[in-house]
Amino acid sequence: MAASGQELVVAKDLVKTYLLGDTELHALDGVSLTVNSGEFVAIMGSSGSGKSTLMNVLGCLDRPTSGSYVLDGMEVARLSRGQLAEVRNQTIGFVFQSFNLLSRTSALENVELPLVYAGVGRRERVERARAALERVGLGDRMDHHPSQLSGGQQQRVAIARSIVNSPKIMFADEPTGNLDTKTSMDVMALFQDLWRAGLTIIFVTHEPDVARFASRMIMVRDGKIVSDTEQQPLVAKKAA
Amino acid sequence: MRILNVLPIALRALLRNKTRSFLTTLGVIIGVASVISMVAVGEGAKSRVAGVFAAMGTNMLIVLSGSTATGGVAGGFGSLPTLTWDDLRAIRTQAPAVRWAAPAQMSKVTISNEDQNWTSTLTGSSPEFFDIRNWTIDKGSLFADADLDAAAKVIVLGGTVSDKVFGPGVDPVGKTVRIRAVPFLVVGLLHRKGQSPMGTDYDDAAFVPISTFQNQIQGGLQKFIAGIILVSAISSDDTTRAQAEITSLLRDRHHLANADEDDFSIRNLAEMANAQQQGTQALTALLAAIAVVSLVVGGIGIMNIMLVSVTERTREIGVRMAVGAKPWHILAQFLAEAVTLSMIGGLMGVALGSVLARVVAARLGWTYSTRVDMALLSFGFSALVGVGFGLYPARKASRLDPIEALRYE
Repeated sequence: MAASGQELVVAKDLVKTYLLGDTELHALDGVSLTVNSGEFVAIMGSSGSGKSTLMNVLGCLDRPTSGSYVLDGMEVARLSRGQLAEVRNQTIGFVFQSFNLLSRTSALENVELPLVYAGVGRRERVERARAALERVGLGDRMDHHPSQLSGGQQQRVAIARSIVNSPKIMFADEPTGNLDTKTSMDVMALFQDLWRAGLTIIFVTHEPDVARFASRMIMVRDGKIVSDTEQQPLVAKKAA
Repeated sequence: MRILNVLPIALRALLRNKTRSFLTTLGVIIGVASVISMVAVGEGAKSRVAGVFAAMGTNMLIVLSGSTATGGVAGGFGSLPTLTWDDLRAIRTQAPAVRWAAPAQMSKVTISNEDQNWTSTLTGSSPEFFDIRNWTIDKGSLFADADLDAAAKVIVLGGTVSDKVFGPGVDPVGKTVRIRAVPFLVVGLLHRKGQSPMGTDYDDAAFVPISTFQNQIQGGLQKFIAGIILVSAISSDDTTRAQAEITSLLRDRHHLANADEDDFSIRNLAEMANAQQQGTQALTALLAAIAVVSLVVGGIGIMNIMLVSVTERTREIGVRMAVGAKPWHILAQFLAEAVTLSMIGGLMGVALGSVLARVVAARLGWTYSTRVDMALLSFGFSALVGVGFGLYPARKASRLDPIEALRYE
């Protein structure tokens, strides 16, 4: 894990342009951003503000049209598709709004997946996947398939999957978007737990209530950062 | 990721859609099964033809006398004796491509033993005859050159004749049969050959030395052979050469001018056999080609289903890429699925094809020849079909953009 205060994410003038018919849509219109390790960042904005695009670019799922992005000292634009996959596998953990678990595959196997692609042996894979599931409080649901789990449980499986490879940074795109208030609270409590243990987290949300749990809040509008403030995070309490 | 991890992932994906996987495999199963069974059928036909010609004689040529043409009526081959005993000796000694040569004269006779009798074909010949016609002895012995010189009254019986004259299962050696009141000592019983393709019973025959034949059955001509000469070439590749050697030898001996036609004719059975063999071989090739086409169609079926599968599982591919699957991981996964499908199809096809071939062979009364090489070849080919037709869908999957794939609905 990177030492606290080290520059982990350095983005300069990120532009992402989509062509919708004849019109150009600037989903990102010159975003510059630096995130140090140990931060817990909430990116806020209304739908269509470009926050998800920003998240995808930072999470190495998408490439910017222009601008530079250095993640953990690597110039991402120069990486091949294979190297990007390796970054996603080793450096990043990604949590989605819609969980994106493999259906008809047990929770344990879902969590094992990044380790499979990392080339970890079977025994160690199972051990680490178990530990990650226990970490998110699902030690008793390992053999359940996603369809047998509640939304909150599914999201916790996804979180276990994102941390199983001990990444340096976690990106979460609307992690509570599909969850009710109570389970949202559980998920944020889990995030704060992981953050306090040293994990750097950047997440996107459109709910101000959820953003208050972060240590830093960035507002995005029309593809630009409009405000960037440090805040005292509200402590999320896990529901009984 | 280790390459071996791909296999369980592929297997699990296939088992999720058992019916679809099986139906996809069916194309390959049918393809491989038809390759196996068609080739086996072709092989069976081939060995049957080979067997038929082996029963007739080994590398055999038949030399016939010329024909008479008196008053516009052509008498047919053999109607004018032109082959002499000296010709036979010359063929034996002066044609290097000839291994054996034997005269043969035939007649329908009634062979009797006390109260039973049977009318069969009696052939007068020399001991070489049995080598040329692939006759082997079951009991007793063949007649020898000494019997020929002495015109001994000895006879070798075919299985059917022995059955009819002495009863089935009776050993005739040492017993006596009469032909036209002349007693003949049975010296040998021939090993049975069965029926010819035309239904003629090969075993319905009896053999005596040609000198005896001429003395007792049908008087010959002093100088000429009143029958045919059977010739065996030294190998199956030499029958054409033997034919050429005999032709030039006989033309020379009969003092024929360049413009004259042959006053004899030569039938090349080996050549006929080869033509038949080539015919069946062409048939085998044709059947195999049709079968291969069906195998390719099976491959296209796999490609089709794999393409559907890639589209269906676009999100899965996106998830896998998001957690760190490299393009080659995805490629390997889908390729493994395609190859697994086709190899399972190949295995089942080999099994089904072997059963089919056996059934067909049993129905036609042919010998079933297992072709391990064909089984391996078509199995290998089916695996190749899997790779070939799996590559395009797998490549398509591996080239997906992770974010596009995740967004796919």
